[in-house]
Amino acid sequence: MTQYTTDFGSLHDYKKGKVGIIDDDPKRYVFSNLFEAAAKAQPWERVAVAKNFEYVIESVRAKGISPWYTAAHDEFVLSMDGKCRVDFVKLDDPDAVVDPESEGAHQLSGDPEGKNMGYVVLGRGHMAMLPVGAAYRFSADEDCTIIIQTIDGPVTVHRWAEICQTEA
Amino acid sequence: MAMKAEALDGQEQISNPRGLPITSDFQVDPADNFTGYKSFRAGSFKFRRDEYFVYLECPKATHQMPVDAFLRALMRDVAWGFFYGTVNFDQVFGTTNFYGEVDMFIGATNEAYTKAGRDFVERFKADQLMEIFKEMVSDWTNEGYDPFAAPMETGVPWGVKNGDNDEAVSRERVTARRMVGLPGDTPVRTDENGYPVNRMFADVEQDQPEVHAEPGFEHEVSAFNLFGYLSRSDVTWNPSVCSVVKDSLFCPTSEEYILPVEHGNDRCEWFIQLTDEITWNIKDGDTGRPKAVVTAKAGDCCCMPADIRHQGFSAKRSMLLVWENGSPKIPELIRDGKAPSVSVDF
Repeated sequence: MTQYTTDFGSLHDYKKGKVGIIDDDPKRYVFSNLFEAAAKAQPWERVAVAKNFEYVIESVRAKGISPWYTAAHDEFVLSMDGKCRVDFVKLDDPDAVVDPESEGAHQLSGDPEGKNMGYVVLGRGHMAMLPVGAAYRFSADEDCTIIIQTIDGPVTVHRWAEICQTEA
Repeated sequence: MAMKAEALDGQEQISNPRGLPITSDFQVDPADNFTGYKSFRAGSFKFRRDEYFVYLECPKATHQMPVDAFLRALMRDVAWGFFYGTVNFDQVFGTTNFYGEVDMFIGATNEAYTKAGRDFVERFKADQLMEIFKEMVSDWTNEGYDPFAAPMETGVPWGVKNGDNDEAVSRERVTARRMVGLPGDTPVRTDENGYPVNRMFADVEQDQPEVHAEPGFEHEVSAFNLFGYLSRSDVTWNPSVCSVVKDSLFCPTSEEYILPVEHGNDRCEWFIQLTDEITWNIKDGDTGRPKAVVTAKAGDCCCMPADIRHQGFSAKRSMLLVWENGSPKIPELIRDGKAPSVSVDF
């Protein structure tokens, strides 16, 4: 039986494709690589690698312990290439921490006030919910890449010209 | 500040750019004495198949497709509920979804047909056209053939009528309400519930994340192995909703061989290549003129602009995260020029 090898890519070992232009502007395809974006970022910078109206996907270099975050809506995290722990706290008064009409993740200035909800430990390919009403914090002993499904917000970093293919 | 579909004036009524009347004339004709297949009519369109080919007729043109390509495309159009935008079965025939009503066409997205005035479009209620499409895919799919499967993993569609495979062609697209694996939501895939690991993903780890939920928070502290979930998909080129942030839909899918349609976007659509490699042929949505070839490797992120059509090729089974903005207002905003056809201006 044929043995197939799945190519996952990782922060330290990725190959980037390209947009081969026939008759168009490559910038229209907003082409980047999430591992490359994370590799060039500071730990826990949430760099947008995809955007559709207000919604974004952020790529994050996970290393050490992150700040605490919360949002007025669900978010989701996917570990792309390594082990990342996520701790959760149920906020006593989430509306006092973040405007319930706001969008995107908000960084907390200190530790959250609330009840411990538990934690998850994600390996490569594992997805977790970052539920509304909770604060969450990531930690990773070894650096790896996580992506976050969320909405453009105050901690979203936009550096499209730096991460995207611009030339044919 | 990000542009929001909700903040713009989208029309609530169903869009009808061509101003076409609704056609409600459908007919299923008896099975052919030799082939055993039924033939079908939807408005002025006629459909019949024989052992190798599907034949389409409309008042301005006739068209012929290999039955394997037609059934794979028809299967996606049915399973996706006509999907977002245009589903080109090939460079001539297809459907355009207006979300409640559908335009079916020959030549409408082909520059040669439109310039020669040979294009023909008719409009249908989506549920009525869907009913005849479902009957067609059921009657024309033989026992042992699965139009959702990769060609190396199924039987052949050729020959005269030989049973059916309704179990395969009536699969419903997975649409998680919040996230796969949450209590009461779409379950994870396992050997026990009928989803073995695909032969090309035998090396994908099947471990589940550690979940340590404090009592009372089991519904919120939740995680699952998405790569393992995708490695067990029994279909190809069938994006399924796995996580939801309002209108932001993560629709990952496993891909092998060729996307059976040229998907014409009516909004920006993102592809995040999770594993392996897909090559995308990009053409102009209206004319079919080639515009670009995108080579996407693991970790690559690429936007499909709202004015193109695309078709992917995956030599090894790969995992692709299709990311959609499901807001119903977007297509009209783009058509009216109130929203751009590209997602980021930089």
